[in-house]
Amino acid sequence: MTTLAPPVPVPSSPDLRPRPAGVVRKACDVAVLTGRNLVHIAREPLQLSDVTVQPVLFTLLFVFVFGAGVVLPGGGTYADFAIAGLLALNLTTSSMGTAVGLSTDLNSGVIDRFRTLPMWRPAVLVGRSLADLSTAVVCAVIVALTGLVVGWRPEGSVGETVAGFAIFLLFSYALSWGCACLGMVSKGPESAQGVGLVILFPLAIVSNALVPTQRMPAVLRFVADWNPVSAVTAAARQLWHNPNPSASIHAWPMQHPITAALGWSVVLIAVFAPLAIYLYVRRTAD
Amino acid sequence: MAERAMIQAEGLVKHYGDTVALDGVDLAVPAGSILAVLGPNGAGKTTAVRILTTLTVPDAGSAWVAGHDVLHESAAVQRNIGVTAQDATVDGLLTGRQNLVMIGRLSGLRRAPAQARAAELLEQFDLTEAADRVLTGYSGGMRRRLDLAAGLVTRPPVLFLDEPTTGLDPTSRVRMWDVIRGLVGDGVTLLLTTQYLDEADELADRIVVIDHGRVIADGTSASLKADTGGARLEVTLSEPSADAPAALGPFVDGAVHVSHDGRRLRAPVRTQGGLATTIVRALDRAGISVDDVEVHQPSLDDVFFALTGHPTEDAPDGDDELVPVAVAGGAPR
Repeated sequence: MTTLAPPVPVPSSPDLRPRPAGVVRKACDVAVLTGRNLVHIAREPLQLSDVTVQPVLFTLLFVFVFGAGVVLPGGGTYADFAIAGLLALNLTTSSMGTAVGLSTDLNSGVIDRFRTLPMWRPAVLVGRSLADLSTAVVCAVIVALTGLVVGWRPEGSVGETVAGFAIFLLFSYALSWGCACLGMVSKGPESAQGVGLVILFPLAIVSNALVPTQRMPAVLRFVADWNPVSAVTAAARQLWHNPNPSASIHAWPMQHPITAALGWSVVLIAVFAPLAIYLYVRRTAD
Repeated sequence: MAERAMIQAEGLVKHYGDTVALDGVDLAVPAGSILAVLGPNGAGKTTAVRILTTLTVPDAGSAWVAGHDVLHESAAVQRNIGVTAQDATVDGLLTGRQNLVMIGRLSGLRRAPAQARAAELLEQFDLTEAADRVLTGYSGGMRRRLDLAAGLVTRPPVLFLDEPTTGLDPTSRVRMWDVIRGLVGDGVTLLLTTQYLDEADELADRIVVIDHGRVIADGTSASLKADTGGARLEVTLSEPSADAPAALGPFVDGAVHVSHDGRRLRAPVRTQGGLATTIVRALDRAGISVDDVEVHQPSLDDVFFALTGHPTEDAPDGDDELVPVAVAGGAPR
């Protein structure tokens, strides 16, 4: 008979006194949960396809298929024009991962475990957003490398080039807080994904990301010119000295794309981060 | 003000829409003891545990754990409790060790003690070999043990186990019981919920029976059994015999129930020395051949039936319906 030996208290037990609550504790909780989400990503690399395979595929498809047909007002190659837009497209759609991941967590028992621990509650959300930021970095690197292969060249200084990527990552981080809210209000990961697609694809497409907005119908063009995705894309094009047809558009964000891109990101974080935390607390309060 | 028990609940009420999950539940678990909250599915057990572990806010009533108000001092309560919920609350994509270290860290432990404690618990729960395997490769019993270990990371003085053995095979169940018994030696106060009467009988100092959100009985296993009266006699005959109920008449304490095939008889009896022998002799004198005689001491199933008027989930559903037979003369009163 194989009975389990009755557990005996181990004499030399580790010191189990918790550190006092405070900023360090909060930062620790965030770090632990960010690490947890990164382990998840490493365990299920297929989940990463939207930041690995998809960017390569989109870049090749758009540059070779659309590139053949799009004539840029003001000249320049489509590859030089498109890489900023493709980065915007990929980062926007992949931010859905935040909604799906959180929704998966919320529908599993592990959230209950977290809630019975004396931890900083928003760490669940902050940890998720930071892990997703790291996948955004992967996505950006892959788009940039693919871009270099198909002929894209950033013509600005190193500082400007890096600044362009930083603006993208900040925007991606801001969007993931919006998606966190989506994850919090959706019933399950599938519905989060479904609703996410319906919101994020139009957001990415009705913009200057893939085609110049000049010849869009008036209403669509207005939306596109004020779309945060357009501001971010135009800011990167400006910093990378790539073709930026939006520079000739009079809408304020297109005249001041860097300010507009930063402003949009800050506003999105300021609105969605507290909202996500509020929704999380409410959703998990029964 | 009266001294509060380690776990104390007063008048807990919780509604989910039109469903009443808890309808005024009082509980008190003194320090160092085990209380089993017993009831069928949907009785309100899990809701009670969720309130006591700060996961759910009650509509009315109050509760204190380790002297702290669960509603207003939830952080203090969380520092004193370990929880093993009914659904596995460990992370399926991490290894066993990663889970325990994560929980330790989120409980505020520094890295080194969290790792040392994880190793200690993995050893204690016989999971060392599987420690660095992802949970998808764990059996149900291993997951439950890990879940229990997860509740013990900070050596909390108060433990809540919500149906710790539901869904386990009999062997894993007995192993889990051993583990739970071992915990109490450390002076832990434990509240466990169960649908299994034998589990409550086996582990608990006191048992609270709840049904439809209300406490319907509260006592020790022995006192609850005493409430349902005597033992139960079951006789299996070699051949059906119409004379058998009458032959049993002098010994039984109520109606004799006979199965459809006429071979099995069941009746309440008062226990006395040599009862089985006496019954076999009496049936033999009546020319009836006997295959089997059993005298059952009252089980908690009987208790539950007596209290609620319906059997529990795992009670045998009246096998092939024993039908009562009126016995002439009946039992001596």
